[in-house]
Parts: sequence; structure tokens; C-alpha cells
Amino acid sequence: MATVARLVGDLAVAEDGVQDACAAALRQWPAGGMPGNPRAWLISVARHKATDRLRRDSRRGAKEAEAARDGAVLASPPGGLDWASRADDELALILACCHPALDPAVRVPLTLRTVCGLATADIAAAFLVPEPTMAQRLVRAKRKIRDAGIPLRVPPPAELPDRLGGVLRVVYLVFTAGHKPASGDTLVRAGLCEQAIRLARALAGLVPGDPEVAGLLALLLLTDARRAARISDTGDLVLLADQDRSRWDRAKIADGEAMLAAALRTGRPGRYQLQAAIAACHSCAGSAAETDWREIAALYGELLRYEPTPVVAANRAAAVAMADGPAAGLAMLDVVSADRQLARWPQLHIARAELLGRLGRSADAVAAYRTALDLAPAAPERAFITSRIEELSR
Amino acid sequence: MRYLFLLYGPDEPLPAPGSPAGQQMIHEWRAATDAMARAGVLIDCGPLQPPATATTVQVRDGETLLTDGPAAEIKEQFGGYTLIDCADLDEALRWAATVPAAFNGKVEVRPVVQIPAGDPARAPG
Repeated sequence: MATVARLVGDLAVAEDGVQDACAAALRQWPAGGMPGNPRAWLISVARHKATDRLRRDSRRGAKEAEAARDGAVLASPPGGLDWASRADDELALILACCHPALDPAVRVPLTLRTVCGLATADIAAAFLVPEPTMAQRLVRAKRKIRDAGIPLRVPPPAELPDRLGGVLRVVYLVFTAGHKPASGDTLVRAGLCEQAIRLARALAGLVPGDPEVAGLLALLLLTDARRAARISDTGDLVLLADQDRSRWDRAKIADGEAMLAAALRTGRPGRYQLQAAIAACHSCAGSAAETDWREIAALYGELLRYEPTPVVAANRAAAVAMADGPAAGLAMLDVVSADRQLARWPQLHIARAELLGRLGRSADAVAAYRTALDLAPAAPERAFITSRIEELSR
Repeated sequence: MRYLFLLYGPDEPLPAPGSPAGQQMIHEWRAATDAMARAGVLIDCGPLQPPATATTVQVRDGETLLTDGPAAEIKEQFGGYTLIDCADLDEALRWAATVPAAFNGKVEVRPVVQIPAGDPARAPG
């Protein structure tokens, strides 16, 4: 897909071409046998079908279509269909889908459709919008790429670090869309986590040696390793402290920790490496009681330098509470909850309620839980809050 | 690909031509457009007289209607344009970020529709 997109210069037409080529392969190969280089065959057929379609398209003259195609080819590095060019094509496609000129809200769906090949219906379901709405957004985004001249080409090395940040953010958002509790199909959301990890792996292969790319992959692996333990058999959310650690995927954890170690060795820290390090603190603790909260609090303090957001400050306060006692954590949380934006975040009030409960201030804890409930969190969290209120009210 | 920069500035009067602020403005503009000319991407550019000098034309039912003022009443002043020809949107955006309007106003980067040579829709010349 990536190679055909580069050769044709139009994402929508390339997609159709690739689909037609696959259909042709399914018809011809069983009877006539597989060609010597199947990938080259598919790309060649897809490209011909795509350029045929561009010529037939009455909105654009033949000359313009040819010019667009030649322009796209001339813009690409020579090298035909060898590995280096293929990797470049994939990176170029991901970068194009995450281009800053595209509406931030469309970058994740576009990446899922064009790079991951997810069906539009599944993407629409994941984002809780009707399918025609999502289809329309994707059409507009592909048109913008074509008509505004967003290049389907890896930018010069000097620009790559800036653009990579945007891509990493999109991959991270794909993962969180699958990971955080929300209504919707559990299977689809697990699929999103897998897609994100696949993308992160592809990026790590395409840009080896970049510590933040490795850091993101480590973070996703370490987080996803806990997936089996996060939901109870009755479908409720299980807090990290209460999870059955024997259900954690040790292979993923080992993989993630190795990636993180390699990234940290470069001596160029960043937000994803820090988040991965925090996840690693949890994954290397044999039990909740053995967790090194002081280390986690210190890591959140470092993370604040890269991501000075109330969310990170709140997480740091919660870690301080675990390390130095509920009163210390509560003091930090009270400072953070003075921020109007953060005060609308249910997790803040849940965290306050937990600490108030541990200090024996049950009435205040219930009040904080009710505030969290008023902020309309998702169903699993709602069930959790309700059960905690019941416990405290006894 | 050709791109048109629509230069929007805040709705306030421009500094007087001879004044220090006015000369500074001209100097900054020259620097930006000279760089684009040296890079071979500049086709044309120019400042526009203020929106109050505009006349808007509409023809409806065979009748020509004239309005005193710009077509759209907006807070920002559409004050100038730059037309360039460069490789792709990334390059256009890099140049757009160098013009003074990007710092104290907004620059809209609009791709010009590519009409192939020989097509009757294309303007002569």
C-alpha cells in the first residue's frame, strides 16, 4: 500500500488499486501459479489499475494525472522495490497520515485505515461515531493529502525528529483508545492495542536508535502485558493494586524491559522512556506491596519536565501518597485540584476519595466519590465507585 | 505546485510609510520575499490597500450589484498576497512561516488548482 501510494500520489486511488490487485491475484494465482516475486507483481498491477483509474476520472485530465504520477515518482528516491525503499514508503505513509496540516482528530482514524488496514466500520465503532460520518472524514482527509500536496515522502533528516513526535503521539492515542475503559466492543479495542504495538514495532525498525520510539514500544508492551488481569471474570475493572500478577504476560514484560534498557543507554531521556520506566517499576514488583513508590514518584517528577500537565501532577501526588502516606499525597492533590480543568477529571476525585478513606475520613471520602460520579465516568469506573461508596457507608 | 499565501493582519491601521515602524515593516517584508526570490520559488507578491478601499461585485439576474467594502466582514484584515511555486506543502509551509504576517497575524496557505497546459480552462500566458 505504502509503495503504491508513493507511486500514484493519491491515497484513495492507491487503496482501490491495491484492492483490485489482490482480487486479481485471488483469481489468477490458484490456477496459473504464484509469480516469482509476488510483491512486485501486486505493486505493478495495483499501479497500472490506479493510473488507469486516474485517466478515466473525468474530473482530471489525462495529462494532469500523468503529471501527478510522474511528480510523485520523481519525488521519491531511486531504488525500486528493495527493502530500504519499502521501509521508507511505510514511514512516509505513516508520516503523511500524521501530518500537522491534518486535523488532529482525523490522524488516528486515518492511520488506522490507511496504515493498519482496519475496516471503516470498526474504526467508527471504536470512536463511537456512525460509519458514514467516519467514512466522510476519511475521504476529506485523503483529499486534503492529495489536493494540498502533502508529500508521500520521508522528510529530510533535519525535520524528522519534529515529525516523529506527532507520529508517536498518534500511535500512543491508538493504544489508549484500545486500553482505557469505555463502552464498545472489547474485541475491537484489544485489536487497537495490537495495532498500536505493531505500528510501534514498525517504527522501531524504520528509525532504529531513536530512544523515544523504543521508549514508546517499551511502554506499550509493558502496559499491554497486564491486559488479561485488568478485567475481572465479571467484566469489572481491576485496579493495578488488586491485579493477579500471575496473569501478566511475562514475555511481553521481558521484551519491554529490554527495549527500555536499550533506549536509556542512549542517554537521551524523554516522555515515553519515563512513562515506560514507571510501567517497569510496576512490572518488576512481585506484589503491590513491593512496589517502589518513591522511585515512581521521582519518575513522575522528571516526567513533569517534559509534560507539565495536571494529569502528570496528579499521578505524582498519588505516588507520593503511596510512598509517604495519605496525608502527604492529599496535600499534593489539593494543590492540583485547584486547577479548574483538572477538577473536571473523575480520576482526581477518585484518588482524593481513596486517600480520604485511608485517613478514616469516610464522610469526606463518600463526598469525593459522589463528585467523581457526577462527572460521568465510563461504566466500569462507575461500578467501581458505587461499590466503594457502599463499603464506606456501612 | 503553486500556493497562494493570503496574508491576514490584525484589524488596525498600518504604520505610516515614513515612520520607524513603517520602515521596519518594509524591511521585514523585503527580507522574507528576497529569500523566496533567491530560492527561485517566488512568482509574485504584493500588499493590498486596506479593506475599506474594496468594492465587491456581484451579478444576479443580469444586474450588477456593487457593495462598498470587502466581500467578508471579518475581524482580521486581508492585507496582501504571495504566490509561490515549490515542491510540496511542507516547503510551502516552511516559507509561510517566514513572512511577517505569520508572526503578528495569520497566513492562509491555499493550493492553486493545477490545470494542465493546453487545457482551455488555463489562463493564457
